[in-house]
Amino acid sequence: MILHWVDERLGTTAWARHGLRKVFPDHWSFLLGEVALFCLVVLVATGVFLTLFYVPDATPVTYEGPYAPLVGRTVSAAFESVMRLSFEIRSGLVMRQIHHWAALVFVAAITLHVMRIFFTGAFRRPREINWLIGIGLLLLAIAMGITGYSLPDDLLSGTGLRIIYSAVIGIPFIGPYLAFLAFGGEFPTETIISRLFVFHIMLLPALLIGGVVTHLLVLWVQKHSQFPGEGRTEHNVVGRSFWPTQVFKSTGLLFLTAAVLALMGGIFQINAIWAYGPFDATTVSAPAQPDWYVGWLDGALRLWPPIEFTLLGITVPAPFVPGILIPGFLFTVLALWPFFEARVTHDHSAHQLLDRPRDRPVRTGLGVAGLLVFVMLTLAAGNDVAAIIFDIPVELMTDLLRIALLAVPLLGGLLAWRICIELARSEHGLLSPPSVRLERNADGGFDETDS
Amino acid sequence: MRSAGERAVAIAFGVSLLASLGLVATFIFLETQPQLEGVLLALALGGIGVGVVVWANGLLDAPSRSEAQHPLASSEEERRDAEAALELDGITRRSFLVKLLGGAGAALVAALALPALALGPRPGRSLFRTAWTAGARVVDASGAPIRPGDLAFDSVRTVFPDGHVGAPDAQTLLIRVRPEDLRLAPERSAWAPDGVVGYSKICTHAGCPVGLYRAEQHVLLCPCHQSTFDVREGARPIFGPAARPLPQLPMDVDADGYLVATGDFPEPVGPSFWNLTHTDGEAS
Repeated sequence: MILHWVDERLGTTAWARHGLRKVFPDHWSFLLGEVALFCLVVLVATGVFLTLFYVPDATPVTYEGPYAPLVGRTVSAAFESVMRLSFEIRSGLVMRQIHHWAALVFVAAITLHVMRIFFTGAFRRPREINWLIGIGLLLLAIAMGITGYSLPDDLLSGTGLRIIYSAVIGIPFIGPYLAFLAFGGEFPTETIISRLFVFHIMLLPALLIGGVVTHLLVLWVQKHSQFPGEGRTEHNVVGRSFWPTQVFKSTGLLFLTAAVLALMGGIFQINAIWAYGPFDATTVSAPAQPDWYVGWLDGALRLWPPIEFTLLGITVPAPFVPGILIPGFLFTVLALWPFFEARVTHDHSAHQLLDRPRDRPVRTGLGVAGLLVFVMLTLAAGNDVAAIIFDIPVELMTDLLRIALLAVPLLGGLLAWRICIELARSEHGLLSPPSVRLERNADGGFDETDS
Repeated sequence: MRSAGERAVAIAFGVSLLASLGLVATFIFLETQPQLEGVLLALALGGIGVGVVVWANGLLDAPSRSEAQHPLASSEEERRDAEAALELDGITRRSFLVKLLGGAGAALVAALALPALALGPRPGRSLFRTAWTAGARVVDASGAPIRPGDLAFDSVRTVFPDGHVGAPDAQTLLIRVRPEDLRLAPERSAWAPDGVVGYSKICTHAGCPVGLYRAEQHVLLCPCHQSTFDVREGARPIFGPAARPLPQLPMDVDADGYLVATGDFPEPVGPSFWNLTHTDGEAS
């Protein structure tokens, strides 16, 4: 039998004996990371299909395809190939749309997974390494999104690239050199499309998949953390075996994730590049919003005041602080959070039992505040759309969002902190002995009375 | 008899099977149909997904188990043994060789990294210059020259230097404003023949084409981040994140009455960079 044959050569059975019995705790929030993983599976599958038809080439060609409004227009070979994928290649459009939706859900699932880890304290010793790898994976997923978004070479993605170029060129001292190296010259360049392609289909996926494998190996070695409950201690893991329960559930989740993405890709139109048209350096579509996970960066650019100064002949451009410094700072704080928290709380011990968010009011409050900064900045990326919806001038909308960016996270964080304390207190009240009512009697003593 | 759970799983798998066959049928009999393909694919995948999950939750009698969580750290003895196995003495004793190897490695990295500089040209003065030169005729996107009178008041046109139509960094917006509305700096009073002003179309914030003109307020609005520039006052930024005015193109009319540039933009166009003010040397 084949298993014997393999075992005699690799000794796999002894390893499998333990592996099959490995315990996985059961909680819905533990599935968020799995959803992200399965999105990656869908992304790789659809991405391979798209790669076989996509042409990473910015050479101008004349569009002659079936989409009448663009016939005769000069477009890049890259844009033309995505048009062919959308209109002529069998299942091309559904593959493209599944790929795009899967990318959006991928970053969303990772973000929710990071939130779960954060608010339950699952990043604490011994899991700091996997936290760092996880933040790296989040960054890689965003980089994958940005590079992929730019490949169709349409007007919207070209605008995105232009803003990235402008942020890079503004980095003091090295900015212009860095931007010219990355883009192969002054924007717009023809080389950038093929370079983004190499990053999107080779370098970044290699890092991403390598990172995911490491993430899972560390998880396997360290075993899962678990919520407190009956029979659960800091020295065990309670749950069901890898085989068959976890394998069945994960397989089911893989197929369900893929099914939802297929449905979205089939019936919800996304990134209709024919409506935006090909990239043209002298035009821009309005209103223009990026994919959701880049919105907060765009929102920061929109809200930041026009501060640009020159000191000793060195200019600090307006987009540098909101476009480069603030995102860099936020991600550094996020990545180093486990170490900050351990230093402040002096808690350096290993934890297998998770916190409930209410048990850690300060962490929860700060986390909610940080999340609200992200939410407000994301909303700010739609300030022009919001101004139209509410029928007020975009200037007023922008000023309101500036105030909200400061006020909402502060108030929201305080509110979350307060709610945690109140929840903990009311629980404590239920557990403590019932209160007694005392009445003073005529002798100056006290009597217990009912109530 | 089969249980309810088994029946549910069977139905789910059956739906998946039929959906997959349906997908095959659409390939044979129909043109490509994104909605149909998506829905059938969702049923094919979802049927298996639902079936397997119902199977896992209802038909597997796997008990809850507990597994010990041992500390992962190695014992003191193991650590000592590992240190013994490392035998660093033979290496650390030869510190000169170690340093030399480090130096050789660093030099090798530098030598291998330098070819990356071939990825792009050095910026040089290219960010300070555009294709506009003194005497260059102002032409529209079709290459036709323009007289100030060709523009209606409060109309906008994207123009280029003759011979460089489409040059991204030379794109310029012409706007005709009533001369009495203009409040240009005194040294620029001659740059707007018949009230026609020319400004770089590239936003000084993040480089988007400043595509929207609000005629009643005489402002240019960038659709990317809503930077707003007053065209009457040298495109001074009045709202939004842009801090620098859009550079103004010095213009005049030639003997035939057509608009010509009298030089390049006085400042770099587009987003700011650190040595933007170093306009000395050949930039003028």
